[in-house]
Amino acid sequence: MPEQWTLTLRLYRQKANEAPRYDTFTLQVNPDEYVLDAVERVWAFHDRSLCFRHACHHSTCGACGMRVNGVEKLTCITPLRAVTQNGAVLTIEPLRNFPIVSDLVVDMGDLYRKMERVNARAVLPVTEAEIEHPASTWNPEDAQYLRLSDCLECGLCISACPVAATTAAYLGPAPLAAIQDQGMRRHPELLPLADSEDGVWRCHSAFECTAVCPSFVDPARRIMDLRRQVVGAKLRQVFGK
Amino acid sequence: MSKPHVIIIGAGFTGVATAHDLALRGCQVTVVERGDICNGTSGRTHGLLHSGGRYAVKDKESAIECIEENQILRRIVPQVIEPNGGLFIALDDSDLSYAEQFIAGCEECGIPLEELTPQQALTLEPNLNPRLLAAFLIPDATFDPLRLALAFAATARHNGAQFRTYAEVETLLMDGQGNVTGVRILDRAANRHEDLHADMVVNATGAWAGQITAMAGLDAPVHPTPGIMVAYDQRLVQRAVNRLNEPGDGDIVLPQRRMVVVGTTSFTAENVDYIPVTEDQVQLMLERGSELIPAIRNARPRGIYMATRPLVGSGSGRSMARTFKCFDHKETHNIEGLVTITGGKATTMRAMAEKTADVVCAKLGIQTPCTTRETPLLSYRQYYTLSNQEKHYA
Ligand SMILES: Cc1cc2nc3c(=O)[nH]c(=O)nc-3n(C[C@H](O)[C@H](O)[C@H](O)COP(=O)(O)OP(=O)(O)OC[C@H]3O[C@@H](n4cnc5c(N)ncnc54)[C@H](O)[C@@H]3O)c2cc1C
Ligand code: SF4
Ligand code: FES
Repeated sequence: MPEQWTLTLRLYRQKANEAPRYDTFTLQVNPDEYVLDAVERVWAFHDRSLCFRHACHHSTCGACGMRVNGVEKLTCITPLRAVTQNGAVLTIEPLRNFPIVSDLVVDMGDLYRKMERVNARAVLPVTEAEIEHPASTWNPEDAQYLRLSDCLECGLCISACPVAATTAAYLGPAPLAAIQDQGMRRHPELLPLADSEDGVWRCHSAFECTAVCPSFVDPARRIMDLRRQVVGAKLRQVFGK
Repeated sequence: MSKPHVIIIGAGFTGVATAHDLALRGCQVTVVERGDICNGTSGRTHGLLHSGGRYAVKDKESAIECIEENQILRRIVPQVIEPNGGLFIALDDSDLSYAEQFIAGCEECGIPLEELTPQQALTLEPNLNPRLLAAFLIPDATFDPLRLALAFAATARHNGAQFRTYAEVETLLMDGQGNVTGVRILDRAANRHEDLHADMVVNATGAWAGQITAMAGLDAPVHPTPGIMVAYDQRLVQRAVNRLNEPGDGDIVLPQRRMVVVGTTSFTAENVDYIPVTEDQVQLMLERGSELIPAIRNARPRGIYMATRPLVGSGSGRSMARTFKCFDHKETHNIEGLVTITGGKATTMRAMAEKTADVVCAKLGIQTPCTTRETPLLSYRQYYTLSNQEKHYA
């Protein structure tokens, strides 16, 4: 018999033209299940009107981002055990800095628009993917193999970013990381965007994005690196190199 | 004359591909989906863009569909595919004795095949079990499930299709003579019921297809057949790795982003809305997966999940054909206005849609031929940027 916990989920609820509220559901759960499983269980057995987004259930699609006890999580890979304990109340809310569609679902159209604007790579050669583990040494011919990029476009970094909270115009962590991934040398056409008022210079280095990113993108480091690239590219322009 | 209106129930692979096809042929399309895109089986797919090798011995019809569609999807939607091929490897005598049928089957189905020595295979994939006895290279690939569906949905939306997500079909609207004229939905985001009328309703609800046909008083021969997958936190291979043998449990390991995913199993289920994971199946994936790639034992599970195949026809589990069926309920039960499409697999989504759209168009008197083979799909992101009728409030 797997271990059983009694858990109370406190879920943010909001329907069109209604004021937001919190609903609670007390469930028997296996602590090794994921937060998303518990949410899906509420929908399947307790309240069919609950709206939430999910698809892959293994951290590849980026659909299931929510705030769990106030922290941005990819709920499909967050075991209950990692965020709560037997008998506790677990609060689940939608991501911040996006308009709410219903309950736990937000409209991330703005993020996708920005990812399109910076032409973010959806697939890239495995040799360019900066995999730290397992330590692999690539042969030049491995560049023919492609892989899906690390960024899931899940929006957690946007939700956690204190600057994104103040202005929707800010490009934000994931789109800036996507510019860095392409590189100023290979993609000088992205310089004006990166160098703009709403680009790299608006970042306050809060590092919240990297703290919540579930997919090893490390946007904060990439933004710092992009600043260096932007300075380099501008120097090259000045000196005509 | 105004365009004929077709309602598609379900925005899994089958529903979005059918929406794309019918939008290109000039229908006014509305997709109604109770959750978001791909919340059912499609999102939770293992992610193998089949070359057909898996079915080449026992289910040639599926195998031929797979190799054709594999080539088409690589062309029209490269943005969601890791196109690195796949290996079938033999680890014991039983595997070796399967090789002859496998080679013959692949040849017969037109699946390109290259035999490698174990040493060559290990050079390509150093994490393979070093005890492998034989290896064959075939054109498998892997895909991101949600983005695959979104690319079809984005293109459909661009061509005028409307997507009503969080809209659950509660009943079918009937004309009093037993014919279907539309659907009654519960808009779960607005908390409101709404009647939508159409010239034709397509039931693309996969494992739930029987629930929709029951609303018209009909049975559908769908057998919900779930299976487990376990994603581990290391990318140990660049290609799909299959066990060279008859399809069995845990005999495919796929790379995806920074992970490998081992799958799957095949059993029968009653309630398809929630299928719990069982520890013995997780253990089985580890055992079977690490026979192919021993280093999986050093990796950690990152995501463990279940999905439910909508298999059609008689037989059970793995012996059931993986092909698809489109039912015109005028022919099966003398009920006009309802077509059900189910079965199949992600790899054959476009072909399933073509067949369904052919049936729908013939019934509506539309002669425009299918063009989805040649039509490149828009960026998956455009599904969200082309956002249609949904109202937002903060
Ligand atoms: C374990 C497993 C592994 C698989 N691996 C692979 C693989 O590697 N490669 C491959 O090619 N194929 C694979 N498949 C097969 C493939 O995933 C399925 O064939 C495919 O996803 C089915 O798509 P669908 O659109 O028919 O069904 P679904 O994706 O389930 O779509 C049906 C939709 O209907 C909606 N719906 C249901 N009821 C209602 C209602 N009343 N009102 C409104 N909407 C409703 C649901 O919410 C759902 O989104 C796998 C299947 C399983 C189970
Ligand atoms: S950078 Fe990380 S947190 Fe931000 S969208 Fe990409 S994967 Fe999500
Ligand atoms: S459901 Fe896909 S990332 Fe969580």
